[in-house]
Amino acid sequence: MSTIATDRNRLHRNRQRALSWAHFTGLFLVMCIICIPGLWIVLNSFRPTVEIMAKPPIWVPTFTLEHYRAMFGGAGEGGVPVFAYFRNSLIISVTSTIIAIGIGMAGGYAFARYRFRGKSYYFVGLMLFRAVPGVALSLPLFIVFARVGIIDTHFGLILVYVAMNVPFTVWLTDGFFRQIPKELYEAAEIDGCTRWQAFWRVEFPVARSGVASAAIFAFLTSWNEFALASQLTRSTGSKTMPVGLLDFTAEFTINWGGMCALAVLMILPALALTFIVQKHLISGLTFGGVKG
Amino acid sequence: MLRRRPPDWLTLLMPTIIVIAIIVLIPLIFSFYSSFTPYKLTRPSTLWRWVGTANYERILSDLNFWAAFGRTILFLTIALNLELLFGLGIALMVNKVTWGQRTLRTVLMFPMMFSPILVGFQFKFIFNDNVGLVNNALQSLGITDVALPWLVDSKLALFSIAFAEIWMSTSIFAILILAGLFAMPRDPLEAAKVDGCTPWQSFRHITLPFLMPFIFIAMTIRSLDVARAYDIVQIMTGGGPARRTELVWTLMARTGYVDARMGIANAMGYVSILLSIFFTIYFFRKLSAARAELGL
Repeated sequence: MSTIATDRNRLHRNRQRALSWAHFTGLFLVMCIICIPGLWIVLNSFRPTVEIMAKPPIWVPTFTLEHYRAMFGGAGEGGVPVFAYFRNSLIISVTSTIIAIGIGMAGGYAFARYRFRGKSYYFVGLMLFRAVPGVALSLPLFIVFARVGIIDTHFGLILVYVAMNVPFTVWLTDGFFRQIPKELYEAAEIDGCTRWQAFWRVEFPVARSGVASAAIFAFLTSWNEFALASQLTRSTGSKTMPVGLLDFTAEFTINWGGMCALAVLMILPALALTFIVQKHLISGLTFGGVKG
Repeated sequence: MLRRRPPDWLTLLMPTIIVIAIIVLIPLIFSFYSSFTPYKLTRPSTLWRWVGTANYERILSDLNFWAAFGRTILFLTIALNLELLFGLGIALMVNKVTWGQRTLRTVLMFPMMFSPILVGFQFKFIFNDNVGLVNNALQSLGITDVALPWLVDSKLALFSIAFAEIWMSTSIFAILILAGLFAMPRDPLEAAKVDGCTPWQSFRHITLPFLMPFIFIAMTIRSLDVARAYDIVQIMTGGGPARRTELVWTLMARTGYVDARMGIANAMGYVSILLSIFFTIYFFRKLSAARAELGL
């Protein structure tokens, strides 16, 4: 009798151990697949071109700043006007994010606090405009912008990104404002605040994390957008970094090392920003959506 | 003095409506019009010639277009389903971890910050048949002695593109489903355990129904961005080899910008817009159904 019991115990224990091993290996593999492509890019940005192109591959990397030096060195040898691209990206993303948040917050507040006819239709209609693929929109926008003369300007791209980001901002902020009990601002109004003051003093501080997450998403969308930017920008005066990546490609060859260096420069701000507000990011997505 | 002030909600919504109307609606109306003309960028006068539905008839009878369309649907179906499956698996695994969970969650968000075009270049590099990581690793380990043509062979190229797409978008599912798992009440699970449910039963009947709205949010957010695949395909293969990885979006961009046939490209654009709208409405309806079920 007792041997059967210990056998079963051992079986159970072994199974448990096998399961936890499978769990660990699975997780390890997943994390590897997520991390390796990015690390590979970072690693290659510090390797000399000869080594990147080596056949058979050299597995022990040597360290060089060659690509960064070339990149920041200006328009000379394969140099790309990185600073100009970085500045363009920054100006366009930040400005369009701020404007989109302002407009989107007003819209989200309207959806969350007022009742009007056809509200849900307005809402879905708004999201449908977000769903229009960038490429499909870029064809007519290209023609219209060329006519108006705002192609290849910061202004044109900012306009486009504001329009792209407003619907999603409305969606997220609507979910957040809806969670705030109406009694809060009613109490503030009784205490003598105007609706405007009540919003800024009472409701906005509560919804701040939602607004923050909406802002991150708007920023990331503008920072990373390619399909529209590649058609609506031409010169160093307005090209953004994703478009700038193409400068490293020639007809048949690609300067991988230089491209990796620019890629690292492109990811760093996004990475830093996301780390700072990652808590808001997750709660923003879930609560904006689930309770909306 | 008879003029009434517009209601507050309209005032608040006005900026949104104006921006969308100027930047999205007007160009869309224009492109709708031009999809009925033989408009060519090089000859502006062609904009004023009305040809009726000729462009639409032409693309609907074009085998290349249908091939690209079918491939797009297939690609999206496979990619979205796998993303959901992997996302669910990853979330369940991370949820079980007791130590270092925050770090894992941060790592999970990593691919979300990548620009789609960057993902395209990154995997173009990794799958490069000559200097890419995959071939180098395979050859060094002795699994194969010839370089596999990842981006040149049509089947392998589709696989590589799908891999890139899934790599980029799985994390949105994983993170949202993980948030759902955190928000889940413990009691029903423990009650189920006491009642003798197997782990599979309690997952199937308790965990999964609770996660449904989170899954649909992820799907809805994802469906807004299905056309992001354009960036990846454009960079990795450009629709080649021999149109074998052509999706609706790359075909449209080629017709519009390379061949300068805007009229027909805009007609294709409308087909792709309808496709995106279909995906979005489908998941929005699923989402509100799931919400209603949970009584939120």
